[in-house]
Amino acid sequence: MHVVVLVKYVPEPQGTPTLGEDFLLVREGVDGSLDPGDEFAVEAALRLVEAHGGEVTLVSMGPEVATGALRKGFSMGAGGGVLVTDPALRGADALATARVLAAAVGRSPFDLVLAGVESTDGSTGTLPMTVAELLGVPSATFARKVDVEDGALRVERQTEAGYDVVTSPLPALVTVTGSAAEPRYPTLKGIMAAKSKPLEQLSLADLGLSEADVAPTQRVTSVSEAPEKAAGVVIQAGDDAAAKIAELLAEAKAI
Amino acid sequence: MTAVWVYAEITPEGPSSSALELLTKARTIGDEVAAVALGPGATAAAPALGEHGAARVYASDEEVYADTLGRPATHTLHALIREHSPDLVLFSTSYDARDVAGRLQAMLGSTLMSNATEVAGAGSAQMQIFGGNRVVDVALEGPAPRLVLVRPKSFAPEPNGGTAEVVPVDTPVPDELTTVRRIERHEETGAGPRLEDAKVVIAGGRGLQDPSNFKLLDDLAAAIGGAAVGASRAVVDAGWVPYSYQVGQTGKTVKPEVYIAVGISGATQHVVGMKGAKRIIAINKDGDAPIFRLADLGVVGDALAVLPKVIEEIRARRS
Repeated sequence: MHVVVLVKYVPEPQGTPTLGEDFLLVREGVDGSLDPGDEFAVEAALRLVEAHGGEVTLVSMGPEVATGALRKGFSMGAGGGVLVTDPALRGADALATARVLAAAVGRSPFDLVLAGVESTDGSTGTLPMTVAELLGVPSATFARKVDVEDGALRVERQTEAGYDVVTSPLPALVTVTGSAAEPRYPTLKGIMAAKSKPLEQLSLADLGLSEADVAPTQRVTSVSEAPEKAAGVVIQAGDDAAAKIAELLAEAKAI
Repeated sequence: MTAVWVYAEITPEGPSSSALELLTKARTIGDEVAAVALGPGATAAAPALGEHGAARVYASDEEVYADTLGRPATHTLHALIREHSPDLVLFSTSYDARDVAGRLQAMLGSTLMSNATEVAGAGSAQMQIFGGNRVVDVALEGPAPRLVLVRPKSFAPEPNGGTAEVVPVDTPVPDELTTVRRIERHEETGAGPRLEDAKVVIAGGRGLQDPSNFKLLDDLAAAIGGAAVGASRAVVDAGWVPYSYQVGQTGKTVKPEVYIAVGISGATQHVVGMKGAKRIIAINKDGDAPIFRLADLGVVGDALAVLPKVIEEIRARRS
């Protein structure tokens, strides 16, 4: 089976994010990596292909430096990938990104598209579904377990109350959570092999898209500091900590 | 004239609280407010939706909207939007509504904003970024309707005594849109009150060191009485507790009187789900953990040593 994974290069999650004068997240000169949420999707894809045969391809959109995220996925075991990079895509919103990714995925036949539930930097959480609709395939989100049985998909989908078992024919798109599969560490052999795996770079024009197709429909008009909360009290355990906690609960009429 | 719609999710107990929150907001920004309710219980939910501001409720009780994911609801909502041309459609940031909003965006080519915490009109909304440190004003442009996913509990639901006209929806759903089936449903909720409704929420994270130590949180909840137990994403992903415990960006949003964060560092992903709590208590070994910046009372120390003393103290006060 051919499994495509949508991946994103994001600023280092442990770093301190900043906004530029154009209100866009500063991405230049900032350490970045493959989105940790995407590693679960790459891992789930690799396990499916290990069980059923086939290949994993990564598809991404981002600046040139995003090749680093693809190479990380290659070192885990993905066979190759596509990066769509174009100056016109700077500041692209979710709709533009979905159009680009759907066009890139749609260039070759696929059985399954996997993605993380949401990106670590944007947290929009809707992009994979927009891609699924543009591709015209069924989908299941928030999968904590993904299996293919008899050519059909079976996922455990997290819900507010627990989980549902959901089935779907292929091809389909699935978003996976951090419970889906613990990502493997790339081996030295994997890291060496990653350097020679095919990485295709495409522009908007290569996908038959125009700048009008990716014009942003959202604009940040101002950014302000959130109202500061009054500083609390921090004490060491042992300084009557239990009594202080009980007092606060009593103040709130909780006990 | 601004027409504002709310995509109203229906639970077995009636309309979701987020639907009532969104309608309360919608009636302050719209001249015409309508709700779209799809799935079993939709018609029965119409009076409550009307009481909170919906002048019209487009309703279908068809099982297909509950049995399959996303596509049938998107199809019908799209047909209704084409027919009536609302200016703005509000959704709650829930699992099912995200699916519908994401697909709808592709069908309409409209803008879709996620994680909004305030909506000023059909062309403007706000969100918080960097764990709630900054408030961002966003202009929504492009073709109508603008689609906005709003974080739960951003607005308090208030009835205004209105009544809704029920408009039955009978849009046929093509078979090819019903291929994704929910074949089993499993509930994994803990004992006690729902996280979203509890007056006190006690949430545990990695600092508890071992899943078995969640028992201390259960004991504290029992000592307080009527408290609910939650968790950070890290320990849910690790399989310590079921997903229904998760508080945060991809979990539940809570606004209790008191939130007790135990062994939780306070990553942005967690903070957005609990920073609306009236009072926050944090217990963490690491005195530099970001959770202390939010806490009204911070205790630097080992939760495993602190919690038994707190339980003892509360029991002593009770007796």
